[in-house]
Amino acid sequence: MAKLITQLQLADADAAYVALVEARRGLSVEEAADLDTKLVLLLANHIGDLDVLDEAIALAKGTE
Amino acid sequence: MAASRYTFAYRRAHDQDARAAVRHPVVVVGAGPVGLAAAIDLGLRGIAVVLIDDADRIGEGSRGICWSKRTLEICDRLGVGEKLVAQGVTWKLGKVFRGDELVFSFDLLPEGGHKMPAFINLQQFQVEKALVDRAGEIETIDLRWKNRLIGVEPHNDHVRLTIDTPDGPYAMEASWLIAADGARSTTRDRLGLNFSGVTFEDKFLIADIKMAADFPTERRFWFDPSFHSGQSALMHRQPDNVWRIDLQLGPEADVMEEQTPERVTARLKRMLGERAFSLEWISIYRFNCRRLERFVHGRVVFVGDAAHQVSPFGARGANSGVQDAENLAWKLAAVIKGEAGPALIDSYERERIQAADENIGHSTRSTDFIAPHSDSERRLRNAVLALAPRAEFARRMINSGRLSVATVYDTPLSTPDEDVFGGSSRLGAPLPDAPVRTRDGREGHLMESIPGAFTLLTVKDGAVPQALPGLQVVSIGEDVIDTAGLLAQRLDATPGAAYLLRPDQHLCARWRRFDRGKIEAAKERALGRG
Repeated sequence: MAKLITQLQLADADAAYVALVEARRGLSVEEAADLDTKLVLLLANHIGDLDVLDEAIALAKGTE
Repeated sequence: MAASRYTFAYRRAHDQDARAAVRHPVVVVGAGPVGLAAAIDLGLRGIAVVLIDDADRIGEGSRGICWSKRTLEICDRLGVGEKLVAQGVTWKLGKVFRGDELVFSFDLLPEGGHKMPAFINLQQFQVEKALVDRAGEIETIDLRWKNRLIGVEPHNDHVRLTIDTPDGPYAMEASWLIAADGARSTTRDRLGLNFSGVTFEDKFLIADIKMAADFPTERRFWFDPSFHSGQSALMHRQPDNVWRIDLQLGPEADVMEEQTPERVTARLKRMLGERAFSLEWISIYRFNCRRLERFVHGRVVFVGDAAHQVSPFGARGANSGVQDAENLAWKLAAVIKGEAGPALIDSYERERIQAADENIGHSTRSTDFIAPHSDSERRLRNAVLALAPRAEFARRMINSGRLSVATVYDTPLSTPDEDVFGGSSRLGAPLPDAPVRTRDGREGHLMESIPGAFTLLTVKDGAVPQALPGLQVVSIGEDVIDTAGLLAQRLDATPGAAYLLRPDQHLCARWRRFDRGKIEAAKERALGRG
């Protein structure tokens, strides 16, 4: 049973997107990759559910 | 470099002059910690054991240095635990650094009241020496040095062995052969068994050095320190001013060049500055995580590194081997004495394969963290380290070796609980220890009162205790007094409760009320006849 929510949950999708854009503005590819990796770890822990993480990985890799 | 610490004399055995090969109930190959523990445990159970080893000396290099609480409890039952603790360095604090900055520290023994510490550090040869001395006190153990196994011929009810000695070869037979002959097991090779798994590319340097230093007694692990850029480093204290240094060298390192004293000294100087030290032992290794598919092959039983191999970070090699030995010893003794059928040996395989898989799993995860396989894996690992100072979850993800704890066996030998129990004790796990006062007024620990036999631990409730054939009974409240109240807590003990312990001190059944029929059935089940 799918636990990963893919419907919009954010009140303002555009604002969230801009936050992610601004976080990487001016960063090199390397620096941005480091940032994204830390974000993945922080958000994965915040979600705190391995099933959700597994589903998200599968969806992101196109193997779901 | 230090030479071997202890040498032992080769002696000609009667078997070498016998006309026909002599049959022994048990032959153990390999007098390392695992083979010695197996031989002593069997010897104490009255089983005659021939223990052979191809060398006549121990002590070339420190090798294994970390001995876990459960291993020490086993050694205590075998009669050397207190000696090892007195000789060793007791520690429980670990620190992890990123660069030169402390990111995380941990305490390995979160609860008190145990006789044995979480860990001691002691050179493997000192453990072996204590066990060799102990084996010498047991009449049923025949320890033969300079006896090299060269032939193994399995039969239905025995194994025929060919042994080479300084006087030439001889043959003997073993009703049971315990192969404790290490990662390069001759027994395994002779039987043509596949030892499969993963070998990791990264090479690691171990240097044991002698140095007067007032560093605290703790395990220190660095990721990417300034003295050893881009790699990991470990430092750990041993007795006698000896320190274990373990440096990651990466996959490209030249094994011959890296072992030269000049090269090692230069690396260590970057770490230790101008502090004077001398080299005791140097070794280069790669991680291996592998095991035999089966540990029992007819009358040949594999234990320790001969059966399974893991990386050293986590202290899972020698410790799991000693726990193999204790798991096997009582079962084999029961089978040889006719108290159990050969099926009980299958439970050794089931329980210790569970333990080996746990160890290999932990070891593989540690290796993935310490030595990432690619740049992107390294990025992920470094992100965990970077977050660690500010995020607790990331500190918990740091894996510099998850240190060995006893496996909780998921085993048919346990009788499933029909009553509800809290506390920290678990079916299939060793009994938790606690301080007690014995009948003679001595302050000690519960583990010392649990013999290496089937034992019923009961909680006094005013009823007259019943004797049960083949069971030792230890009463909490009569034989042992729960002075700190920790037994009640850890066992969730209430008056009248009864706990059945296997001869390896593992809990295999428990009830709120004494019931003779249920106790006898549970014991039958624990002997593989349930």
